[in-house]
Amino acid sequence: MILLFLIWAVIDRRDAVVIGVVEGSILALGAVGLTLVYGVLKFAHFAHGDSMMLSAYCAFLLLSGVVSGSRPGVDAEVLPITVSDLPGATTEVWKFSFGYGLLVAMALSALVTSGILVVLDRLVYRRLRQRKSGIVIFSIASLGLAIAIRSLVLMVWGPTPRKYTTTVRENIDLPFDITILADQLFILAAAITVTVLAYILLFRTKLGKAMRAMADNPELALISGIRTELVIALTWALAGGLVAVAGVLLALQAQLDPQLGFVLLLPLFAAAILGGVGNPQGAFFGGMIVGIVQAVVVTFDFLSPGYKFSVAFVILILILLIRPRGLFGARL
Amino acid sequence: MSVDSTVVLETRELVTGYGELEILHGVSVSVCSGEMVAVIGPNGAGKSTLLKGIFGLLPVQSGAVLLGGADVTGKPPDRLVQNGLSYVPQVENVFPSLTIQENLEMGAFIRRNGVRERIDEVFRLFPDLAKRKGENTGKLSGGQRQMLALARGLMLDPKILLLDEPSAGLSPKLVSAIFERINVVNKAGTAVLLVEQNAREALSLCRRGYVLAMGRNRLEGEASNLLNNEEVGRLYLGA
Ligand SMILES: Nc1ncnc2c1ncn2[C@@H]1O[C@H](COP(=O)(O)OP(=O)(O)OP(=O)(O)O)[C@@H](O)[C@H]1O
Ligand SMILES: [Mg+2]
Repeated sequence: MILLFLIWAVIDRRDAVVIGVVEGSILALGAVGLTLVYGVLKFAHFAHGDSMMLSAYCAFLLLSGVVSGSRPGVDAEVLPITVSDLPGATTEVWKFSFGYGLLVAMALSALVTSGILVVLDRLVYRRLRQRKSGIVIFSIASLGLAIAIRSLVLMVWGPTPRKYTTTVRENIDLPFDITILADQLFILAAAITVTVLAYILLFRTKLGKAMRAMADNPELALISGIRTELVIALTWALAGGLVAVAGVLLALQAQLDPQLGFVLLLPLFAAAILGGVGNPQGAFFGGMIVGIVQAVVVTFDFLSPGYKFSVAFVILILILLIRPRGLFGARL
Repeated sequence: MSVDSTVVLETRELVTGYGELEILHGVSVSVCSGEMVAVIGPNGAGKSTLLKGIFGLLPVQSGAVLLGGADVTGKPPDRLVQNGLSYVPQVENVFPSLTIQENLEMGAFIRRNGVRERIDEVFRLFPDLAKRKGENTGKLSGGQRQMLALARGLMLDPKILLLDEPSAGLSPKLVSAIFERINVVNKAGTAVLLVEQNAREALSLCRRGYVLAMGRNRLEGEASNLLNNEEVGRLYLGA
């Protein structure tokens, strides 16, 4: 059914599908992180969307150095030196609307976000683990952190949407009559590259395999002598990297907004569940499907674009009713 | 390899259980270097609980676990593994979504080098697994899963191996196949503490045995004596 829908959409609504693929690749990055955290730690990480938003603001800070001043609408410079001060960092590369500085900011933001998630695990979730708390407690704690992160961002950068660059965006023409923004091509390429890197980490390295082993059977992982706390820290670090790349790409595709994280939560969970919870490849395709369906559905005349995000909700309900283990089966 | 009288593993009056629930009320067993020792007893006697208690998976209320003479009571599993103890649980003893090869790699997680060589050595003991090393473990039959679980437990070349009902749910042919492998492993010098339902086979393989009942030591002695013991015969050997 989903396949038929996709085939029809590719033929009939090509432009919407292109946007959907771009947004879907961003969702996919977030959903892979979400599903990994679920697999290894066995709880629904409600702060995932807000972590994504935080990392996008972190990149913004690194690029511009500004936070909201004490008066509304007036920014205050806080960083003495920013990524944009690097020689040529803001010169636009090729047809993109940004220079290599954005990549640097994205990489730094990935490091910072990984660090934040690892530290939050130490401060919050590890204590819950030591007390052997139930998964509901973990999820509620993550919900609390989500709200804290959102409030923090609102306090620091204010409610006005922000952009990384204000340059005009250029279109490029691809074969098969497809027109796409150069920036969107970058988003797609970056998302795929990072997914491939995550895949290599999970399936080719010892620590990645240990992550999958822990998702499979935590007690046996412990019995085998796997250092589970190390693997948990690595899981957060990887999730942080994925979240940061997703967050920056999303801000590039749309704009920075403190509500971004909350809005994303439903599509992220829909994607992870669609792909089978704990299954990273599944989460990737789940993200793509949710992205495409969302983008195509808003082209229907009888629906107002405001319904875009309820699409994820409908997908979530349908999948839970029909195939609760997801399209590709739960498990890593 | 001969059995000598150095004790490699010992529990002294071990008291443990699940949360508030006390299951073992003071169990003492010991295994000498290179020795194979059977633990038998009825369902619910606490045999699996004993192994979990030894391996630091349950809170020990009192008593002690000694490994190579050193007190390791309550030490986390990665420490025990480092000191030559290895444990194959009764159920859920493989990683189903990892390949056979990856399962073995996880068994050697704390090992820095020589992992590939060790995998080859272990594969020599289990040629059937070697043929399917790239396959996902989820598809394996019960017998092959038990073989893999055993192989995983051997990856660190342990001094002593704790096995919890390796023959459970297998056909008679596979039961003898797995016992044969365990015997090979033991002959190569690894001491084994073998928990079994198949009491007759286990006792005929082992030198000594313990009978547990209701969380306490019931009987112990030479395996041949236990095999001929009237009470053991009546209760566990179906004679
Ligand atoms: N996770 C658990 N939580 C609470 N009680 C448990 C748990 N696991 C086992 N028990 C109880 O502990 C007692 C001993 O169980 P154990 O698994 O050690 O028996 P066993 O001798 O291994 O039996 P079997 O031959 O069936 O494997 C049983 O009464 C059982 O109900
Ligand atoms: Mg048992």
